[in-house]
Amino acid sequence: MSVPLLQVDGLSVNFRTRSGTVKVLDDVSFSIDKGEILGIVGESGSGKSVLSYALMGLLDDNAQIKADTITFGGIDLNGPASALSAIRGRELSMIFQSPRTALNPIMKVGKQIEDVLRRHGPVSRSNAKAAAIAALARVRIPDPERRYEAYPFELSGGMCQRVMIAMALSCSPSLLIADEPTTGLDVTTQAVVMDLIRDLVRESRMSSILITHDLALAAEYCDRIAVMHAGHMVEIASARTLRSHFAHPYTRGLFAATPTADTELNDLASIPGNLPDLRLDLPPCRFLHRCDRRQADCETAPVPLQAIGTDHSVRCRYPL
Amino acid sequence: MKIVLSLATRIATAVPSLIGVIVVTFLLARALPGDAAVYYAGSSATPESIAQVRKALGLDKPLWFQFGDYASRLAHGDLGTSLSSGQPVLHDLVARLPASMELTLCALLFAMAIGLPLGIAAATRPGKAIDHICRVIVSVGAAFPTFFVALGLVYVFYFRLGIAPEPLGRLNDTYFTVPPTVTGFYLIDTILAGDLAAFDASLAQLVLPSISLGLFALAPIARIARASMLASLSSDFCRTARAMGLSRTRIVYGYALRNAMLPVVNILGMVFSFLLGANVLVEQVFAWPGIGAYAVNAVITSDYAAVQGFVLMMAILYILLNLAVDLAVAAIDPRVRYDG
Repeated sequence: MSVPLLQVDGLSVNFRTRSGTVKVLDDVSFSIDKGEILGIVGESGSGKSVLSYALMGLLDDNAQIKADTITFGGIDLNGPASALSAIRGRELSMIFQSPRTALNPIMKVGKQIEDVLRRHGPVSRSNAKAAAIAALARVRIPDPERRYEAYPFELSGGMCQRVMIAMALSCSPSLLIADEPTTGLDVTTQAVVMDLIRDLVRESRMSSILITHDLALAAEYCDRIAVMHAGHMVEIASARTLRSHFAHPYTRGLFAATPTADTELNDLASIPGNLPDLRLDLPPCRFLHRCDRRQADCETAPVPLQAIGTDHSVRCRYPL
Repeated sequence: MKIVLSLATRIATAVPSLIGVIVVTFLLARALPGDAAVYYAGSSATPESIAQVRKALGLDKPLWFQFGDYASRLAHGDLGTSLSSGQPVLHDLVARLPASMELTLCALLFAMAIGLPLGIAAATRPGKAIDHICRVIVSVGAAFPTFFVALGLVYVFYFRLGIAPEPLGRLNDTYFTVPPTVTGFYLIDTILAGDLAAFDASLAQLVLPSISLGLFALAPIARIARASMLASLSSDFCRTARAMGLSRTRIVYGYALRNAMLPVVNILGMVFSFLLGANVLVEQVFAWPGIGAYAVNAVITSDYAAVQGFVLMMAILYILLNLAVDLAVAAIDPRVRYDG
């Protein structure tokens, strides 16, 4: 087996706040191969966005990041920030939710792409402009020469997300992190944007992390899916395996709460309880109090992420 | 083309404000206590001479007729004659306005030169020493009354240390020749006249009053600059810029600062109008021959025409100022530029 593009082992993130330390991520480990799309799924507050921000070095100063290993394309990122800042935006790029506010409101979108191009390589002014227009054309924006001159407020949300994608891909990164890229877009635009991301990722043999709360979306577009709950990665498997052989009670709950073509609204089940308060002392299994399968030793014995099949791991003592 | 059109629209919206101001200044003079005719006729007036003066001033005519008369005289640039100086009010105002403008602009320049970098530095290093220094300066600047600062500065730098020139007006004309009036700004006129010694001298005269006035403006500028920089730096588009690997300099100055300038420019308009008001006090302390001192004198001596002229001129200045602020905002923000 080849060396993965991104390898993360034992990543923990704590936020120091006035009301105590919030243990947002605990012992998260995963890897991504070249050309693979990994979906990270979880409800709001499960730590999926924090995970991507930690990888990109975008967290505030009050975040404490600890990890055993973070390597990306052979580079050790688990150290001083300089290694990361050398590749950020060029090898490792990211797009965000709410694309309209994610772009500088008072700068032409073409100029914003140019800024990224000029930052990461010696490009002349006229070449940069041509490259920016080419980047806009690549994300299938009609009439890219004219759109180059547009301000974000003159474009629709879907158009702005395409501009974001064009900007993120302008330097041909090897990993694209997409943080809920379709949140805030209408349903037809969502499908168009997701198709575009998948096509571009496949075309240029990039890898991608898709962060979403939508399990159905992840199942459709991703090769592998990792499920997160309260800062733990509770299950990780190929999309097909996860769909048919999910092993964690939380994953089962997520599937039961996801509508499909032949479920009625009444058939959808909600997962009881809420996420635990991450400022308190937490049991080894953070799903404990919402779980109907819990046993006495769930409260005390450590629960490691264990392999239960080829490319299928689960963090549960009593998997399904 | 679109820009020219929206600019023309914006200027056209200033016209109703201008009409409103003319009406208010007219009514203001009529609403002031006392009978103008009695006042103009003098202390030894008889009922007959008062009636005569009333007729001469047109005060016996109906109000709408008086207003028409007032408006038509305004249209010819006639603001009436000042009782105390005996000169046409317009002449007095035009002669004194540059002194106040020069002082106010220098104060604003001083406040911006200190306040903006201070606010930016505080926002980029929140919780660090510079942030606390900024907070202290802002509190002190806002807490001390202008005239107190002015007197304190005069006491220390003129009376005690003897570094500053005597606080008597714009230029000591015993030693220096007053430059021929071109712009009315001594700093510019002395350069145009090629008189560098006079330039230095008028600059030296400006320092203390500008600082006294500017300290007052520094607080709001620094505070707004800090707040809007903080908001800008934590915005989604700055996060994007960081994710794209842009340099810190580019993010702070190219992305955050330009967006943060919008509230700062808006506050500048307000600060400038505060300064025009605060001028009155500083001009008294430094014997500055500006319009503030003129207006105070006019109010004390019930010089109606002068008060009316002063209010009208200030109102027009405010209108122009708001126009300038709007144009500056439009220059920064494309969303405003293409609006309507």
